[in-house]
This record gives sequence, structure tokens and C-alpha cells, in this order.
Amino acid sequence: MDTASLLMTAPELILTGAGLILMLIAAYAGDGSARLVSVLAVAALAVAGVSLTGIAGHGGDAFDGLYVADAFATFGKVLIYVSAAVAIIIAPRFFAAGRAIRAEYPVLILFATVGMGLMVSARDMLTVYIGLELNSLAAYVLASFMRQDSRSAEAGLKYFVLGALASGILLYGMSLLYGFTGSTSFAGIATAMGDGLSKGELFGLVFVLTGLAFKISAVPFHMWTPDVYEGAPTPVTAFFASAPKVAAMGVTVRIAMEAMGSALHSWQQIVIFVALASIIFGAVAAIGQTNIKRLLAYSSINNVGFALIGLAAGTAEGVASVMSYLAIYVVMTIGSFLCVLQMRDVNGQPVEEIASLSGLSQSRKGLAAAMAIFMFSLAGIPPLMGFWAKFLVFDAAVAAGLTGLAAFGIAASVIGAFYYLKIIKTMYFDAPADAYAPAGSRIESALIAVCAVIIVIGYLLNPLLDTASAAAAAALQ
Amino acid sequence: MIHVFAFYLFACIMIAAGALTIFARNPVHSVLWLIVAFFNAAGLMVLLGAEFIAMLLVIVYVGAVAVLFLFVVMMLDIDFAELRAGFVDYLPFGVLIALVLLAEILLGVGIWQAGPIELAQRAAPAPTDAHNIEAIGALLYTRYIFLFEAAGIILLVAMIGAIVLTHRARAGVRGQNIDSQNRRRPQDAVVNVNQPVGQGVEL
Repeated sequence: MDTASLLMTAPELILTGAGLILMLIAAYAGDGSARLVSVLAVAALAVAGVSLTGIAGHGGDAFDGLYVADAFATFGKVLIYVSAAVAIIIAPRFFAAGRAIRAEYPVLILFATVGMGLMVSARDMLTVYIGLELNSLAAYVLASFMRQDSRSAEAGLKYFVLGALASGILLYGMSLLYGFTGSTSFAGIATAMGDGLSKGELFGLVFVLTGLAFKISAVPFHMWTPDVYEGAPTPVTAFFASAPKVAAMGVTVRIAMEAMGSALHSWQQIVIFVALASIIFGAVAAIGQTNIKRLLAYSSINNVGFALIGLAAGTAEGVASVMSYLAIYVVMTIGSFLCVLQMRDVNGQPVEEIASLSGLSQSRKGLAAAMAIFMFSLAGIPPLMGFWAKFLVFDAAVAAGLTGLAAFGIAASVIGAFYYLKIIKTMYFDAPADAYAPAGSRIESALIAVCAVIIVIGYLLNPLLDTASAAAAAALQ
Repeated sequence: MIHVFAFYLFACIMIAAGALTIFARNPVHSVLWLIVAFFNAAGLMVLLGAEFIAMLLVIVYVGAVAVLFLFVVMMLDIDFAELRAGFVDYLPFGVLIALVLLAEILLGVGIWQAGPIELAQRAAPAPTDAHNIEAIGALLYTRYIFLFEAAGIILLVAMIGAIVLTHRARAGVRGQNIDSQNRRRPQDAVVNVNQPVGQGVEL
């Protein structure tokens, strides 16, 4: 084993080491140490993020090509670490209200983050699978973290059963690919696919994409999403909607481009179908929802569809647009869920009904404004960042000759705009409902403000984002 | 000669055990026959020179899976008479579906061209001078050590998850306190009482 490989995996080593130490602290000091463990976990994420500036950010292949440290992985990891840190920061206050605060929460998030880091850095099917399982297993536990709450337990069980099924499908596809290409590495699969795609390889490709479509919750493998997002505790839902989406999307893009690049015409039609189905279903099914977390779950399905349009283009430009989309999506989603966390009645109990937002603009002006910004952005109204994200993917699709797909996507985004605007209408034009409890946490308010500011003045950051996502796309071979 | 004899022995017993797994009336017997089948499959693997897979079959399938099966079968109270009720009524329809599926499978296999299986690209071709347990071990602890360790973390997460989801701090439970138990001396815990006859004990 060489030292360079170990240095390139520094973020994962740091997070694993921190997770083990924090686990010991949690075990000996009990749940009273939850706050301390949370602070240390966020610090570990920051250290891991800093380590990405060194060789771990651009070192190339490690461990004989099992793992790669490149700009693409770094881009994904930064998004993942930020989402994980937010999920840890917002948790203590939420769980304290239900007296369900546990010191294991940050530890599980850290281990899930290690798994997601492996996913975006994978250049071998084995690494993909190990990373995915590490992430999923921690996620199943997190979904049912409030085990006294029957909805949370149901969410965990549903997620576990369906997730295990998807893992099985994915593994089946991987074993087919291994059998018919003789290699688990992306480079080896690409070599074997280069001289024509055999039926066996095509089967493997379809199964692998199916398994991954489940993990990014794209239609028609989205059934678990609304139930799990609704049942899981809100900080966990915020986590699910951001970091694992980035990781699974990253691994999908890398497999499609690096391992199956020569089979573009075979997976392009699958991705186009999944993208359109996700956009339309995500938009239409969200209209009738009354629960804000369920609505955001459909919104995430809808957004995954838009991101997949960039992948369908199959070009470096398309990949760059997917990465930009993910970055902007993470900010919008985290912002929205932070607003959902603010929805508590006067007794401090969480409220999830959309109707309870009525007249929010009079009782909580700042919160209503922030929520309106996120909803406008998710709907893709210029000049907010959400518009720019959609513009990039449609631009890439048109450049790749998929004008019809882009036109269809734009038309469907109008359906989506309906329910986002409905929330704004509820907040600003409906008769006031019972007021929420006042904002209790400066940190949460500050995070909301930061997200809202990024969304509003984000176009100033566009050159930076474009450079980063172009570098990420260029790193794919 | 002994090789051929061993093959037919294992193969025949395995097929017979497989058939008996299906036809045994008692579900516990079914599971026991299944274990016999696993053992003979392991024997076949040894004949092929794949002793690692043979050991896995015995350890994982017999040691874990079959025992778990046995556990579940014994715990479930399945009324097989009730399950079999209506069997004759549904038989024609069942046979029809079976025929359709069979035709589809034959058709599919007939036109199936999966393409060649590539062996040239293997990361580690099977060595000729080492047993395969040794070869797998050498590969697992060198080339794939990173993933091997990561798989260890998965097991740790599973353990943490099981404890988080099921562990409860019950009130009124006397847990062990090793330190104070060891520090305890006889004079702290034992009292000698000169008890008069006919009177109650006062503790």
C-alpha cells in the first residue's frame, strides 16, 4: 500500500476516524454529550473539507484505480459536506423538542458522509457499491431515528425494504457487467463496451441505471420518496433531500460518462424517459399535497428530472450543467427545509400542514420572504438562481441536439410553478392562521438568511460556479 | 476413479435432497433436507477446486441461513392443510400460466445472444501456484484492502443502528458496576446475628 493513496483518501480517513472517536464519546458520556458531539462532527467535516485543497482534491487514481481524487469528486464532496454540516447543526433543537436527542445522530451522519464520499470518488463498481451501502445503511437508521414516532418507524422500514431491493437490482446489474466485460473498473468496462455493446452488457447497463434511479428517486422508482420524506424527522429529511441526492447523482453521471460513455445511445433514451417522467410526475402529483414535507419530496423528484436532462445531453457541457444544477438545488432545498423547521406551533411542536402557513407574511415577515424566495427560485423565476440552473441544463440539451426534450421540459416546469406559487399565495394572500412560535434559534435564522442571499444575488457567483463545474466535467474521462 | 465416484455420490444425494426439500410434509424436515443439499453442493465445489466457496457454503448457508430458516419455520405456526385447500380448483389456471411462462422462457432462451464473456480483462487472473483461499486472501488484503476496511465500517454502522433503534434505558434495572462490586468487602455485606428462638428477624 502506498502513502499517496492514503493521502488521497484523506477526507474519508478523517471522517471515519472522527466518527469512531465521537462514537466512543457518545457511548461513555451518554446523550448529554449530543451537543459536544455535534460541534466536533461539524469541525471534522470542516477539516475534511479543508483537506480537499491538497492532494485529496486532485491527486488522481488511488488504490489501483478503485478510488479517484479529481475535481468532479471534490465538487460533489464540498456539496455533501456542507449539507451534512447543516443537517447536524439544525438537529439538536428539533430533537430537543421531542426529548429524542441522541448523541449517535451526528455519528451516523458522519458515516453516511464517508459512504457518499466513496460514491462520488468511485472509479470501480465495488467502490460504488460499498459507498452506497454505507450511506444507505446509515440513512435507514436516521429515517427511523425517532423510533417512538410511528411515522418515523414506518419511514425507516419502508426505506429499508425498498432500498434493499434497489441495492439488489444494482448489484445484479454490476455482476452482469462484470461477467460480460471481465472487469469491475470503469475503465475496463468502457474498454469492453467500446467494441460494440452485447446483449449481456445492455442488461447490466439497464439494471445498474435502475438501481441508481431508485437512489436518486427518479420516476418510476420514486414511490418511497414522499413517505420517507414525510415520516423522517425534518433535519433528516433535509439531509436526504440534499447530500445523498448529490452523491447518487454524481455516481450516476460518472458511471454513465466514464464506464458507459461509448454506449451513449443506449442509456440516453433511458435517461430521457426517466427525466421527463420525473419532471411531469413530480409536478402533477405535488399539486394535491397538503403536507409541506410531502410537497418538497415531490419537488425533489421534479428537480432530479431537470438535472437528468443535463445528463441526457451526454456532453461535457451537460455534465457541467448537472453539477451546477445540483449546487443550486442543494442551496434551495436546504433553505426550504430550514423554513419548514421554523413551522412550530406555540407549544413548540412541529407543524407540517401547508394551510398553517396562511398569512405568514403578517406574523413572520422575514420567514415568509425567505420562503417566497426559495419557492420562486424552485419554480425557476429569473433572476433567482433556480432559473439559472434550469437555463444551463436546457442550454446543454439544445446544444446536444435535444431541442424537443428541452422544449418539453420548459413546458412542464410551468406545471411545477403552479404549486410553488400556491404556497406563496397561501402565505401572502390568505387569512392568517394561528401564529407560529417565534424564531428561537439565531443559527437557523442566519442559515436561512445565507441561503436566501445566495439565491438572490447568486448570479454574481456564476463565473465561480461555472468554472468549478466545468473543471468537474473536464475531470471525467 | 474416486473423483468420479465422489462426484456422482454428491450429485445424486444433492438432487435427492433437493427433491425431498420440496416434497417433505413437515417444514422442519424440508429445512433439514435443504441443509443436506447445501453440504453436498459444498462437496461438489471441493471437487472443482473451489474450496473457498465450499467453506462459504457451509459457514454462511448452513451455519447462518439454514439455521435462521429453521428458527423461523419453528416459530411460525403454518397450517399447511389450509394452504393446500382449493389446490385442485386453481390447478387448471395454474397449469395454463405455467405453460405460458415456459413458452416465453423457451422463446427467450432461443433468441438470446448474450455476447461473449470476457476473461482477458480480469484484475487478477487465477494463480496456478497457490490455493484459491490463499489467492483470495492475498488479493483482499492488498489490492482491495481499502474496500475491505470500508466494508468493516458498514458492519459497524449496522451495529450502531441496531443499538440506536432497539436499546432502551429501563428504569429499575440493576446493572453491573464492576468496580464497586469488586471493592465490596464481606464486613460491609454480611451481618452475623445471634437469633433467639421464637422471635422475628430484624434486618
